[in-house]
Amino acid sequence: MRRILAILLENEPGSLSRIVGLFSQRAFNIESLTVAPTEDPSLSRITIATVGDDRVLEQIIKQVNKLIDVIKITDLTERKHVERELLLIKLLAMNDKSRTEVKRITDIFRGSIIDIGKQVYTVQVTGDADKLNAFIDAMSNETEIIEAVRSGCVGIARGEKALRI
Amino acid sequence: MTKELYTGAEMVVKALSALKVKYIFGYPGGSVLDIYDAIFNQNEIEHILVRHEQAATHMADGYTRATGEVGVVLATSGPGATNCVTGIATAYMDSIPMVVLSGQVATNMIGDDAFQETDIVGCSRPIVKHSFNCRKLEDIPNIIAKAFYIANTGRPGPVVVELPKDMLIPQNKGEFHIETDVKMRSYNPTVKGHPKQIKKAVKTIVQAERLVVYTGGGIVLADASEQLTELVERLNAPITNTLMGLGGISGTHPNFIGMLGMHGSLEANRSMANADVILALGARFDDRVTNNVKKFCPNATIIHVDIDPTSISKTINAHIPVVGLVDKVIQQLMDELDAIDFTPNKEALDNWWQQIDQWRSLKSISYEADGDKIKPQQVVEAMYEITNGEAYVCSDVGQHQMFAAQYYPFAKPRQWINSGGLGTMGFGLPAAMGAKIAFPDSHVICITGDGSIQMNIQELSTCLQYNLPVVIVSLNNRSLGMVRQWQDMIYDGRHSSSYMESLPDFVKLAESYGHVGIQINHADELQDKLTEAFSIKKRLVFVDVLVDETEHVYPMQVRHGAVDEMWTRKGVKA
Ligand SMILES: Cc1ncc(C[n+]2csc(CCOP(=O)(O)OP(=O)(O)O)c2C)c(N)n1
Ligand SMILES: [Mg+2]
Repeated sequence: MRRILAILLENEPGSLSRIVGLFSQRAFNIESLTVAPTEDPSLSRITIATVGDDRVLEQIIKQVNKLIDVIKITDLTERKHVERELLLIKLLAMNDKSRTEVKRITDIFRGSIIDIGKQVYTVQVTGDADKLNAFIDAMSNETEIIEAVRSGCVGIARGEKALRI
Repeated sequence: MTKELYTGAEMVVKALSALKVKYIFGYPGGSVLDIYDAIFNQNEIEHILVRHEQAATHMADGYTRATGEVGVVLATSGPGATNCVTGIATAYMDSIPMVVLSGQVATNMIGDDAFQETDIVGCSRPIVKHSFNCRKLEDIPNIIAKAFYIANTGRPGPVVVELPKDMLIPQNKGEFHIETDVKMRSYNPTVKGHPKQIKKAVKTIVQAERLVVYTGGGIVLADASEQLTELVERLNAPITNTLMGLGGISGTHPNFIGMLGMHGSLEANRSMANADVILALGARFDDRVTNNVKKFCPNATIIHVDIDPTSISKTINAHIPVVGLVDKVIQQLMDELDAIDFTPNKEALDNWWQQIDQWRSLKSISYEADGDKIKPQQVVEAMYEITNGEAYVCSDVGQHQMFAAQYYPFAKPRQWINSGGLGTMGFGLPAAMGAKIAFPDSHVICITGDGSIQMNIQELSTCLQYNLPVVIVSLNNRSLGMVRQWQDMIYDGRHSSSYMESLPDFVKLAESYGHVGIQINHADELQDKLTEAFSIKKRLVFVDVLVDETEHVYPMQVRHGAVDEMWTRKGVKA
């Protein structure tokens, strides 16, 4: 089952590599990983999307928690949460037909065209993983995808619940 | 008034002094020469110069296992640091607190493949509890204090501190501040067990009809053996120890049913297999204990007490997990037993002990003496007798290790020192040296084999320099006995590279290092010559005992079988 883990940890040199090392050393899966400092620059927040059964997930959470730099870890997928990912994608848009199609599909997905070249449009879309997958599918039926980059997902719990120290 | 200023190297030594360190085990080299200079200029801490950095880590480790004090290692960057890796891994697997100070090239050269540059923090990442890079020389004292705190609290383990050369040199100085009372927002190990879980555990224990107490290295690390003995006597329960947990209760205690696991006693493994409740204390259901996890104790309710949550329900699901320091939790369990006015269920206990005594009567830990050839088990028994069972026994890895575990009942924790988790050949001699430094007036034995001893034999030179008269007892079977045993049992006796040719003359070898060498060839001279060896108190004695090379370690769990499926003799299953 797919899970999204949010980790709050000390923003120290090497703390990210400890997380990544742990996942590879113990053969845990990483689907995506994002990291950035928080509003408090001494803290980093990592979001990891992973897959595993309950037993594996329990080990992942315990093992991550055991790292000295880690302050908190939570499984966002356990409760209501919001998940977002950013997609930047370059699409072939050579003629009127393909330009119109790109524009139309982008509008449907509430994306925006953020750059245009002679033959390519660059589009930005945000959403959860399913939405971005659907967008990529729709576009690949209409035109050629030149390049695509996804940020990996970030997430936050709904309501009052917060991950903070 | 101007504050006094110190170099980073001086800060390292000052910080270690503040933390009451007595010994540093190490080996010099370019990147740490400033620290060596600072060591030279003081006399609170003694530096022990080994002959190989791996031995420094094992020596620090042996010192720690014998005393409970954190061991300190100092190595230079590059090869010095990488030589420490096996010793760090050994400590990590057995949860031994250790602080390894490693040199590093100057900060402005890091990443340039400078001379003797290796990323030791990176190399050691999967085998340390934590590690530090120093970025500012004023940080050095508090980093070292944190390293000690992390190494020695919670589930203990090794911590690496990397010290770049520019932090140590005389040109750079700073003020010295150290906070020895460390607090960290990201690290607060649990101490006491959750009261609800304690109540649940006791409720289950009280209802048990076939309870087994199964304890591991955690009891030794937490110095919890007195409480453990009290608990076991209170419950009148059978108790088994893991290889790491031996000495957690006296090996001659009437409730002790022997070691469990791969080469454990039949009665210990049978009791586990037939238990209705297993109380696991500071043990981690290692695969060398459980055998096939799918067949492991299917009918038992498992109470698992451990300081490390990741150890709980990792391989075997725990029905009642309790996270906490094992000494504190045992006390909580006893308090709860008092609170409910516990009295043992006499009838159930009688039946259970009757059953266990029947398994005991099969005498699974036994061997057939041969008039002529020396049996390795015999040597361990003689060692036990001569040292009154009071020696520190430091083992290498192989058959000799298992014979020592089976035939030398340890009265106290910390008496038995071996690499259980990693199984590091070459551990025995340096570990014994570490124990001997701590307890110069006690018998310290290095029990070893012809293979293992050659993995750190160079330390005989260190023993002479620092006058460390350990007694080395080598069960010389002219082979990598444990490998050969597996080849006999699993590979139809094809002895691929498990036979040792061209062994040195160990007696002459010992003598050339300035020690005493004794060879024992015949069973009838074993007692006298071994007694003689132990009577020499001021010099190191290397006892080369030529033992029966065909002997196997029994009992032995049948591969992929249940916990109590065992070979008890060649070709005989229990
Ligand atoms: C560093 C290392 N290399 C290889 C092994 C695998 N191994 C385990 S026991 C053993 C044989 C040990 O031989 P010896 O020290 O003579 O002991 P014996 O079994 O003969 O008593 C070997 C090679 C190991 N445990 N450690
Ligand atoms: Mg051998």
